[in-house]
Amino acid sequence: MGEVIVVTSGKGGVGKTTTTANIGTGLASLGKKVVLVDTDIGLRNLDVVMGLENRIVYDLVDVADGNCRLKQALIKDKRFDDRLFLLPAAQTKDKNAISEQQMIDLCNTLNEEFDYTIIDCPAGIEQGFKNAIAGAQKSLVVTTPEVSAVRDADRIIGLLEAADLPDPRLIINRLRPAMVKQGDMMDIDDMIDILAVSLLGVVPEDEKIVVSTNRGEPAVLDEMSLAGEAYRNISRRLTGEEVPLMNLDVNDGLMGRLRKLFGFSK
Amino acid sequence: MSLIDFLQRVLGKETNTSKNVAKERLRLVLVHDRSSISPHILNALKEDMIKVISTYMEIDEEALEVSLSNEDESVALVANIPVVKMKRDYQG
Repeated sequence: MGEVIVVTSGKGGVGKTTTTANIGTGLASLGKKVVLVDTDIGLRNLDVVMGLENRIVYDLVDVADGNCRLKQALIKDKRFDDRLFLLPAAQTKDKNAISEQQMIDLCNTLNEEFDYTIIDCPAGIEQGFKNAIAGAQKSLVVTTPEVSAVRDADRIIGLLEAADLPDPRLIINRLRPAMVKQGDMMDIDDMIDILAVSLLGVVPEDEKIVVSTNRGEPAVLDEMSLAGEAYRNISRRLTGEEVPLMNLDVNDGLMGRLRKLFGFSK
Repeated sequence: MSLIDFLQRVLGKETNTSKNVAKERLRLVLVHDRSSISPHILNALKEDMIKVISTYMEIDEEALEVSLSNEDESVALVANIPVVKMKRDYQG
């Protein structure tokens, strides 16, 4: 028996799919057997982020409708022998093409075979969200340090708790330490305080994410990527290991140096 | 950034940083968001209130109104409870 974890956010564009791809790949790197499920029917993207878009034959809806066997729809990631698989979303249907019960059944089946079933949830709070969380046992909430994203995360946390998925864990994505230091971006404590949830990890803004998405190779595989390192840490935390938060301190910059020069150092 | 902002930052007095503005705006918007409680909960609250108040006075349960009202910076629970009769025991 493994764990079924759903990756949510409410707001779109905060990094759910990137997070799903990186956590899944990170867990597979740790030797775990992982399946990623894209539930964003009609707007699938996990396949391209993973670099597996050319190998799709069957999809989630085909499996739910019994048009194919589950095994036929699972795309094997050749970077990992038999440890990382993707179940892609259908691209030509809509969110109602699958039911909550079908998701529950699917998750139960996958959970028997895999250590981790990671579900990429669509943005929004409608049927797609309800389907995505239906079969999950644990939940992650991804947010960025912006008022809009944190507000939506708060709403999602409320809905997750109402759906008996307690204790969602927070991932703060795209943090820019220099801006935080300057007082122009909310910091980690601000968001933890406001949302009152436990923190799973902080991913710094990293241009390498763009490059890795361009190539279809999750950043977690890039030893030089700061975001990749953050995702490696998050993956290890998910396995129960205690890993301290990355040091994201930045050099003081002009303001800091000036302040120190004049003796106003905080 | 105005000159005053700039000086405040150099001097380390960062009360008006955009981060603090964001935090305050978020706090307010969440007060409003979280106050939109479900009719189910509001109904349960109504029933509990009726139970408590009925110990002290007779009220018109049908006309009882409970709602949350959003003001600029706060949320208030507004209850309009018509009293039919005071119970003698509690009239003092």
